[in-house]
Amino acid sequence: MTTETERQVYLDYSATTPVKEEVLAEMLPYFTSSFGNPSSLYTVGQKSKNAISRAREQVAALIGAEPTEVFFTSSGTEADNWAVIETAMWKRGKGRHIITTAIEHHALLHSCEYLEKEGFDVTYLHVDKDGFIDLDELKKQVRDDTTLISIMFANNEIGSIQPVAEIAEIAKARGVLFHTDAVQALGNVPIDVKALGVDMLSVSAHKIYGPKGVGALYIRKGVNLPTHIHGGGQESKKRAGTENLTGIVGFGKAAELSGQNLEHHAKTLLSLRTYFLERVQAEIPDIRINGSLENRLPGNLNITFKYIEGEAILLLLDMNGIAVSTGSACSSASLTPSHVLDAIGVPVEEIHGSIRFTIGDFTTKDDLDYTVEKLKAAVEKLRKISSVSKDSGF
Amino acid sequence: MSMYNDKVIEHFSNPHNAGDMENPDGEGVYGSPVCGDMMKIMIRVSEDDVITDAKFKTFGCGSAIASSSVATDMVIGKTVEEALAVTNQNVLDELGGLPAIKIHCSVLADHAIKSAIFDYAQKHGKTYKGLEGFDPNADEQDDHHGCDMEIHLPEKLSDL
Repeated sequence: MTTETERQVYLDYSATTPVKEEVLAEMLPYFTSSFGNPSSLYTVGQKSKNAISRAREQVAALIGAEPTEVFFTSSGTEADNWAVIETAMWKRGKGRHIITTAIEHHALLHSCEYLEKEGFDVTYLHVDKDGFIDLDELKKQVRDDTTLISIMFANNEIGSIQPVAEIAEIAKARGVLFHTDAVQALGNVPIDVKALGVDMLSVSAHKIYGPKGVGALYIRKGVNLPTHIHGGGQESKKRAGTENLTGIVGFGKAAELSGQNLEHHAKTLLSLRTYFLERVQAEIPDIRINGSLENRLPGNLNITFKYIEGEAILLLLDMNGIAVSTGSACSSASLTPSHVLDAIGVPVEEIHGSIRFTIGDFTTKDDLDYTVEKLKAAVEKLRKISSVSKDSGF
Repeated sequence: MSMYNDKVIEHFSNPHNAGDMENPDGEGVYGSPVCGDMMKIMIRVSEDDVITDAKFKTFGCGSAIASSSVATDMVIGKTVEEALAVTNQNVLDELGGLPAIKIHCSVLADHAIKSAIFDYAQKHGKTYKGLEGFDPNADEQDDHHGCDMEIHLPEKLSDL
């Protein structure tokens, strides 16, 4: 589709981020001149090996881990699959019960569904209207046959940040392993795996201005998680396959930059988000803010525009060069509305009208002013032709 | 967005016949906001049974709005019987096609048009061949446009 404007405003940083120039510059030599297989013993191979070691240190530093505790994967999804499925299989002699939440990413939920088909029992914890789990409920659900608790660090749709340290404590007290999907949290909130006490943690490069196709699983020293991909000796024999050299190098650089930038990044995003929300609240009536504004990822906003449908809003914004996402069923490949918004009690008809805006490092105040203007026009236009209105109600 | 063709985008961006009609001769609604799409059709019918005007109001996604626009265009100028013969496939063809996944959920036109004509027929004491066996209030379960708003989660979740 041709857009009516040259202007591009990207507000979907939770979906993915652009690779930063410094990251790309770091990656480029490893495509061409320094392309050796890290497993090769000659110089160009060893150079690659060293580059991976450096990247491992950089990623480890961002999460407070030892480099030997970081295992590169192809994605956050792969890290989630590895942690959940391999733990379940490994510990099945002890028990077949896993605890997770209703608002996990599909990487987690579908891994759990797979395990259920394999005879495992999965408890999906509810969250409150703000998107947080109840720690007492978690305590109650832990059983003698529970082997794993997997609860996401921060939610991708509503940004809610779970009490990870408290969850880790509960898991530890009951001798249960604790995994957290920190794909959305990385680079947005400080993460110190040692202080938090987590056993496993999934991260991904492309959410922190690194390349797509590379993630990592932190596995605490002492947790002997079984091998996930069998083959050569890569990743300490736990995840075989010739390394994604350029991707890993990019992940390392992105992690380094993210660590340096974290405080400023979080502060800036929060201030931009607050500015945007205040303008939207002042200028667009009949909206609903989904999820709590406290303990939330700094760049995340999720708003329902009542009486209209999200895909239509998304299309109108797209025509003006603005990229956002929606929880509407109409935009999902499975035609189902957001399970996260459902879990926090948003009525289905209002899930259809939800839009997620995620602000990132390249967002400017001017971008947000432009977005408010176009958003306001889009909402007015669609409400005018909608068969549902404030008077008629849903 | 590349998932829609230019014609769909054009009808979505600049929909024809959108808005209210004062004292329509017939009015019909199909779909529901829970399903993500709800289309309301209003028609004006002349004494010689020709639909002289049609308006729509739609809650729904891009393809629902585009198909509302095209469907109202299609029935204007047709006799009531001709309008009753318009099918969702005709609307789809006129739109130049939609992504497969969109077809069931967002093309509500034939039912909404029939409902509007049914309303007109009732109010004016008329009968039409194309309305035989049509019940606008039929349980939407049978005839519903593929709306299955069960949130895809492990079944057990609903029991907790």
